Amino acid sequence: MADIKIDKIAKTFGNARALDEITLDIADGEFIALLGPSGCGKTTLLRIIAGLETRSAGRVIIGGRDISDTPTRARGLAMVFQNYAVFPHMTVYENVAFGLRMQKADEARIKAQVARAAELLHIEPYLERYPAKLSGGQRQRVAVARALAVEPPVLLMDEPLSNLDALLRLEMRAELKAVLREAGTTTIYVTHDQTEAMGLADRIAVMHGGRIVQIDKPTAVYSRPKTTFVGGFVGSPPMNFLPVTAASGAIDLDGLSLAAPRPEGNLLAGIRAEDFALSHSGEGLAFDVMVAEPLGSHTLLTGRSHGQMLRVVAPPNGDYPADTRLGLKPDPNRIVWMDAASGEALRQETAA
Amino acid sequence: MNALRRTVYFTGIVALCAWVLVPIYFIALGAFGGRIGVFRWPKSILPTDTSLAAMQLFLQVEGVGQAMVNSIIAACITMALSIALGAPAGYALARFTFPGQNAYRLLILLTRAFPLAILALPLTVAFIRIGLYDTAFGVALIHTALALPFAALVSASLFQAIPRELEEAAWVFGCTRLQAFLKVVLPLALPGIAATAIFAFVISWNEVFAASVLTVRNRTLTAYLLTVLAESPLHFRFAGGFLLIVPSIVFIFAVRKYLFAMWGIANR
Ligand SMILES: Nc1ncnc2c1ncn2[C@@H]1O[C@H](COP(=O)(O)OP(=O)(O)OP(=O)(O)O)[C@@H](O)[C@H]1O
Ligand SMILES: [Mg+2]
Repeated sequence: MADIKIDKIAKTFGNARALDEITLDIADGEFIALLGPSGCGKTTLLRIIAGLETRSAGRVIIGGRDISDTPTRARGLAMVFQNYAVFPHMTVYENVAFGLRMQKADEARIKAQVARAAELLHIEPYLERYPAKLSGGQRQRVAVARALAVEPPVLLMDEPLSNLDALLRLEMRAELKAVLREAGTTTIYVTHDQTEAMGLADRIAVMHGGRIVQIDKPTAVYSRPKTTFVGGFVGSPPMNFLPVTAASGAIDLDGLSLAAPRPEGNLLAGIRAEDFALSHSGEGLAFDVMVAEPLGSHTLLTGRSHGQMLRVVAPPNGDYPADTRLGLKPDPNRIVWMDAASGEALRQETAA
Repeated sequence: MNALRRTVYFTGIVALCAWVLVPIYFIALGAFGGRIGVFRWPKSILPTDTSLAAMQLFLQVEGVGQAMVNSIIAACITMALSIALGAPAGYALARFTFPGQNAYRLLILLTRAFPLAILALPLTVAFIRIGLYDTAFGVALIHTALALPFAALVSASLFQAIPRELEEAAWVFGCTRLQAFLKVVLPLALPGIAATAIFAFVISWNEVFAASVLTVRNRTLTAYLLTVLAESPLHFRFAGGFLLIVPSIVFIFAVRKYLFAMWGIANR
């Protein structure tokens, strides 16, 4: 059993607060993606879990054992470092075998495990090379292979696929997910690529400024963001936030009346680009197209509505010259209502 | 253009080599050129009547052999002590933050600020009292004091240049601090440490003042030569000079692969 309990972990560097009482429960075998902008504390959190960084407060519990003060080597985890940290004086083979050698595994097992990890990450041709003779992406795959080879109960990965080309990344992503699920490895996976997080994770923890602002299933994080930050950060294009005013329980959008979650006051309506129905006759919210980007599967329209920038997904084959006026009808069930002042979502009675 | 660059490049190399090699060559010529060759003028560039006579004569002189042995002992002890003390100090400076770190760095350098001439008398007295006077070990201790600041600061920068994450990765995969140091940090730092060791050796081998003050009978080669050379014939001096340079050259030649080795570029 390797469930992880992160209990009020805080970290300050001098006066700067890098982590602000992070609490996170991860089930055995679960795959968690830590998603957040640069500098939000993802690496710091991983390093504290691994015991490479001292914590200012809090506890880390793995498999029911408080390991907050256990040395790194005895925590039973493996890690992929953001800058790979592949040993330059060892061949790729020796790098991948390193953890097993430290566990005093017998030669046959080492050989088998290294071969397996190398095959998975397509690095078999380089096994006898030194890392200096590898490209950045190849080195990164060596780092991942080194971590997988020991079959750890807990795996920490810090942007492990960031340096691969899009095709290879897609392939590795799928294989990684399959392998880790099969092995039942509890995984924390740091990334700032939100499609990667959505595709891989059982749950996504969105971090911002040293806090976890939302932790939920990928679809829930996507369609029911808790704050405007999450809505804007997760998903491409980012969620639209339309400022509206409720009056006596209703909201009027250019003649389109929506039921308001609050009788009065200023609100933001968070609407995903694909949650609009287009009407060429101009019914609904007035929208002036500025740019149309045909993306193959759909056309992404960027335009204005009453001075507010909106992004809207339209069918792939339409023709939308600039300055076309369209009418937009948002799907009322998929609108996320936010408080205009705090930027936080109002409690929703509709389930995600 | 390319040809020009090549010409400049090779001229530079030749000039640099000549800068080092020509004096050595002339010393060797003096040492092996025989008694007459030394005095001939203009000098012949090519060795005419090479003979080992001067060298033999020199080596047979009483005390030279013993002085060489003393020198080697002192230099080896200096080398061992400088690395044994300097490398851990450098590692601490590179990896740990502790209060007074910068002051400590400066303090290390300050040990070189005391002129040895001022320390000579108290040191002599102290050494006589402890019984270290006139021993190679005593000389080695002083030489270590001279070489240590260099050893500590150079190895600090060596360790600093090795990414911390490499060590951390070793911890993650099951190493203790010591194992991580031995398996990851040390192999990577070895070329630099070898160079530092050689430097300590050469400092000791070439040092003459402390060695002269702190010994009377068990002289090191430099101290010994200083006392006898003034009254010796010229070819004899060349032979002595040659013996002084040779060990440094041989030593550096022997470990050159560590000096030049870059991981992955030079194969081991
Ligand atoms: N050793 C340190 N000393 C001082 N501040 C630090 C240190 N390490 C990290 N920080 C600060 O802590 C904050 C979080 O850093 P961290 O490396 O965890 O970010 P990150 O989320 O991993 O970012 P990225 O996506 O760019 O890797 C940053 O503001 C950073 O400047
Ligand atoms: Mg990071």
